[in-house]
Amino acid sequence: MYRYDSIDKDFLADRTAEFREQVARRLAGELSEDQFKPLRLRNGLYLQLHAYMLRIAVPYGSLNPTQLRKLAWIGRTYDKGYGHFTTRTNLQFHWIKLSDAPDIVDHLASVDMHAIQTSGNCIRNVTADPYAGATSEEIDDPRVWAEAIRQWSTVHPEFNWLPRKFKIAVTAAAKDRTAAKTHDIGLNLKRSRDGALGFEVMVGGGLGRMPYIGQTIRQFLPATRLLSYLEAILRVYNRHGRRDNIHKARIKVLVAALGREEFAAQVEAEWEKNGAGADLPDTELARIRGAFVPKSFETLPSVSETFEAARLRTPAFARFARNNLKPHKVAGYAIVEISLKAIGATPGDATSEQMEVVADLAERFGQNDIRVTHEQNLVLPHVRLDDVPAVWAALAEAGLATPNMNLVSDIIACPGLDYCALANARAISVAQHIAERFADPDRAELVGELKVKISGCINACGHHHVGHIGILGVDKKGEEFYQLTLGGSAAEDAAVGQALGPALPYDKVAEAVDTLVETYLRERQSGERFLDTFRRTGVAPFKEAVYADVH
Amino acid sequence: MPMFIRLEAGVFSLAEDPFTAVGDEQSVPPGDVIISLTRFQAEGEALMGEGRAVGVRLESHEEVEALAYDLPQLAVVALAFPKFGDGRAYSYARLLRERFGFRGEVRAVGDVLREQAGYMARCGFTAFEPADGSTLEDWRRASQRFRHAYQRSSDARSPAFVERGE
Repeated sequence: MYRYDSIDKDFLADRTAEFREQVARRLAGELSEDQFKPLRLRNGLYLQLHAYMLRIAVPYGSLNPTQLRKLAWIGRTYDKGYGHFTTRTNLQFHWIKLSDAPDIVDHLASVDMHAIQTSGNCIRNVTADPYAGATSEEIDDPRVWAEAIRQWSTVHPEFNWLPRKFKIAVTAAAKDRTAAKTHDIGLNLKRSRDGALGFEVMVGGGLGRMPYIGQTIRQFLPATRLLSYLEAILRVYNRHGRRDNIHKARIKVLVAALGREEFAAQVEAEWEKNGAGADLPDTELARIRGAFVPKSFETLPSVSETFEAARLRTPAFARFARNNLKPHKVAGYAIVEISLKAIGATPGDATSEQMEVVADLAERFGQNDIRVTHEQNLVLPHVRLDDVPAVWAALAEAGLATPNMNLVSDIIACPGLDYCALANARAISVAQHIAERFADPDRAELVGELKVKISGCINACGHHHVGHIGILGVDKKGEEFYQLTLGGSAAEDAAVGQALGPALPYDKVAEAVDTLVETYLRERQSGERFLDTFRRTGVAPFKEAVYADVH
Repeated sequence: MPMFIRLEAGVFSLAEDPFTAVGDEQSVPPGDVIISLTRFQAEGEALMGEGRAVGVRLESHEEVEALAYDLPQLAVVALAFPKFGDGRAYSYARLLRERFGFRGEVRAVGDVLREQAGYMARCGFTAFEPADGSTLEDWRRASQRFRHAYQRSSDARSPAFVERGE
């Protein structure tokens, strides 16, 4: 966890004071809604179907227990006792009163949190690997670089009024847990042959109406030159990105129009001319690195007797261990995934009580560290194997021990028509119906890794384009229909899914997913995930099975 | 004479505007004028030869590089905000200051609201024509909202990463 210094704290205080004045001017009628809208958006405040929604930044998905407890308290005090974790590792409250918003952001600032630039046509919250600092796969800790980007992008004087929103992800492992290639900029930390640290820079990924996978414009950028290079990309985009059509304003459209090479050439030219003024000195990078609270790991045997005994004794624990634990870089520790996808629940929702349980566990067993993933789950990145049975028991009691990580019921879904003014169709209840179909955990494990992603409209907040099975809600003459796509991926093998066939009515979607899964089980060869089988066979067997069933 | 807000050596003040903004279809009055890039390219030389100060208004779709060689002779570059959400002029202002070393007045015209004051000042704007009825005091307060800045920009402020080292 990055510890704020007095400058960071002053900055939030100044920002909350500004926001309080803006809200007061709006409530007094001095600002029109048109003038107020971009201001409230840059403070995370949306006007939705029923109320205001406040989107709180969780920078690179990193939280400490004090912060999570504060979020729980805000949920209980100003909302309906729960919050919604999003695919950009933010937390949304959906039932906020405008007049309460300034107080809420003051409460956030008291625990070094904010809602700055979680919306609007500006640089948004930065994503990083949720296993940062815990996985042996990483080259370097991506949070250091993500925090440097957070500060640089906060109230950037030149880039606060971009053609469209702008999202950056940082990963430092070969296995991509950030969906880097679906971001406007994806940064992949690497080491050169001589050991120097640098970034592969990918630009122009994005979902929405026109999905694009990010393209590499630079294989190796020396790490210390990161911010000047980002500034060059943003300047080319700010100047030349389209502003005449909101649907063509993302950087992906500019990169596609110019072509990767021409875009890269323009960035390189701008970067060369602009010099290193934006780059942080090594001393500041070292300060940021040092401002992350160091972890103290014990020397432990790699096998824990307590853990092994619990596994033999309790099948439910063994299942949790199989699906929700990931290897830690230090012997005797594990990364514990907490599913926010209980069968029948709303994907990504957590009650205030659940947040408090996780905060307590992080404090007692998890070195005060909590992460939010873009797949809308939580992570305790540093738990001793000896403590995992106790953590599991407490999670189970709070309804947080669903052993379904990366399985078919671990679904990403946007809020859909239940909350969102843009949606054409429900997403949450479709997710619930699918999860219920695969409620039998044996069957779900037999199916294995399967990423189902659901969006309630073409804006694609549920990332349906990159789901192994993607589901998109559309409106057909006032009725909800769903288009299915297969073969997408948001990981290092990123791809946009391929359409299955005509859209299906609401009550046929879960059944169709079931049919797709049965087809996969029939077709799969040893070791293949759903995605692998689909890539080998193509769409034909799946299409045949689903439409034979439906018609 | 109409008034505008000026920023000089870190101090905001109200000033009388010696310049007349002249549209392409209007005839050029006597005195100091601000004209379009097109008109400047056609008539700039002659107008400046008459011993008056000339400024150019750059629309947000026009490239600031088009002015590069004329900058030493220009008194004002007025950067237009067709809508306040159109942020291209922030890049132009920084380029004028940082790349082309322009020392004259960079003026914000068009849909100019006080919420942009701080961003504009940081990018090197030194003159403002607020469209929202902002007073000098409103403008000063809005632009001085933040005690710190995280980035280096065209103004003289030390970014946080320099402050921290001091």
